Amino acid sequence: MIQIKGIEKKFQRHQVLDGVEVSINAGDRIALIGSNGAGKTSLIRCILGEYSFTGDLKVSGLDPRKQRVDVLGQVGFVPQLPPPLKVRVEELISLTAQLMKVSVDKIRLVAEQLGLDITRHNKQIFFKLSGGMKQKLLIAIALARDPKILILDEPAANLDPDARETFFSLLGNMPKETVMLLSSHRVDEISGLVNRVIEMDQGKVVLDNPYVPSVKKGA
Amino acid sequence: MKQWRAIAWQDIKESVRAWWFFIYALIFGGTVALLFILGVTESQILGFMGLGRLLLTFIQLCVAILPVFVLISTVRSIVGDRESHVLEYWLSMPIALGDYYWGKFFGRFLVIFLPVFFALIGATIWGSYIDITVPWHLFWLYSALLVAICGCFLGFGFLISTLTRHQEVALSVSLVLWLVLLLFMDLILIGVMLQERASPELVVSIALANPLQSFRTAAMVLFDPRLAVLGPTADIILDFFGQVGFLVYALIYPLFLGFVSAFTGFLIFKRGDQI
Repeated sequence: MIQIKGIEKKFQRHQVLDGVEVSINAGDRIALIGSNGAGKTSLIRCILGEYSFTGDLKVSGLDPRKQRVDVLGQVGFVPQLPPPLKVRVEELISLTAQLMKVSVDKIRLVAEQLGLDITRHNKQIFFKLSGGMKQKLLIAIALARDPKILILDEPAANLDPDARETFFSLLGNMPKETVMLLSSHRVDEISGLVNRVIEMDQGKVVLDNPYVPSVKKGA
Repeated sequence: MKQWRAIAWQDIKESVRAWWFFIYALIFGGTVALLFILGVTESQILGFMGLGRLLLTFIQLCVAILPVFVLISTVRSIVGDRESHVLEYWLSMPIALGDYYWGKFFGRFLVIFLPVFFALIGATIWGSYIDITVPWHLFWLYSALLVAICGCFLGFGFLISTLTRHQEVALSVSLVLWLVLLLFMDLILIGVMLQERASPELVVSIALANPLQSFRTAAMVLFDPRLAVLGPTADIILDFFGQVGFLVYALIYPLFLGFVSAFTGFLIFKRGDQI
């Protein structure tokens, strides 16, 4: 599904990705872990076609830089920090539904499953919502499009325990062939969701293993 | 709806809610109201009075302050979205870069053009109401000049916005650009260059290349066919082009300059890192 061969990315003299080689197949649910500056976000931005790079990166055989519309049509993305969008909630839903060719009702439905009362907040400006509400709406938008690839950058950071549980349950119910790339500092936060761990450090992949959650003693 | 239109419409809605737009609309709408209150329609210049006199004053004010307003309000559009991570989110959607860029450009054009255009329309409506003859030829010429001013400086703004990585730098560059263009107008540095006996070809070329100069000259040309109130460069340029030729030049050249700048900005935006 995603083939990454020796990609490199530099900002002036600072190498943020250094010969990354990863092959991601349908059904892979990956915890992308590493400390700050390890290269997780840069790798995600390369996959989304937002960064130029050297090397070869294909998503479903397509180049995300040259065929971005076709590539991004398969991808659902939730950023680490909700952007300060100065649009009303209803406008954001309507615009994203139009861009992603999904129905407004589907986004509303997922948002409501996550505990966000859209009707109550329809007229509010997005960036004036609480951190948790913003995150719920962005997750609803990403999940509503039934993506083949779901890229989530620290997705549950702002969620309350109930919403986190519902969110994980929604992720668990995604079709088996969906690829999930969940960026996180710690694997234990998302251990129930993933079947593979990729660890990055200083722009390199330093670990790439299948992941089997350990069973607690006495369980 | 095409994607670029959806982006343009969204940008219009966001801009209209912003404080800068409120101040922008207030300044240009308020200027027309103030000119009526101050009795400009009853004063006289070169034998002209009435609404024509008011429109001339308004367009002269626009030439002086509209470019810097356009630059300040648009130069942050791409670089601001990049800094705040808004661009990262929108560009994670299946939208072509051209649709995003030109959608923003078109939306921003309407947002900066319509308030000044409505101010012009407001002046003619009020003028008709209080029984002043409306000089329609001036109305259409000045409307076209406003399109040219907005298009030109919007193009500059978008180019600067894609070239820079920080809003502060983008603002500084746009102010420097405006000051340089202002300096090379007929009555300032060019006048000094003529006094110092600089080559006439050089002086005329600089004046021709300066869109502010062409706006200013075009705004005056119907009132003062020999441009006696302007400096010597405008007169030389007018001799070279003729009145109609110069008006066509003053409308097409800035629009061309704006489009080339915006298109260069788009190529830079497309080729580099978008965020």
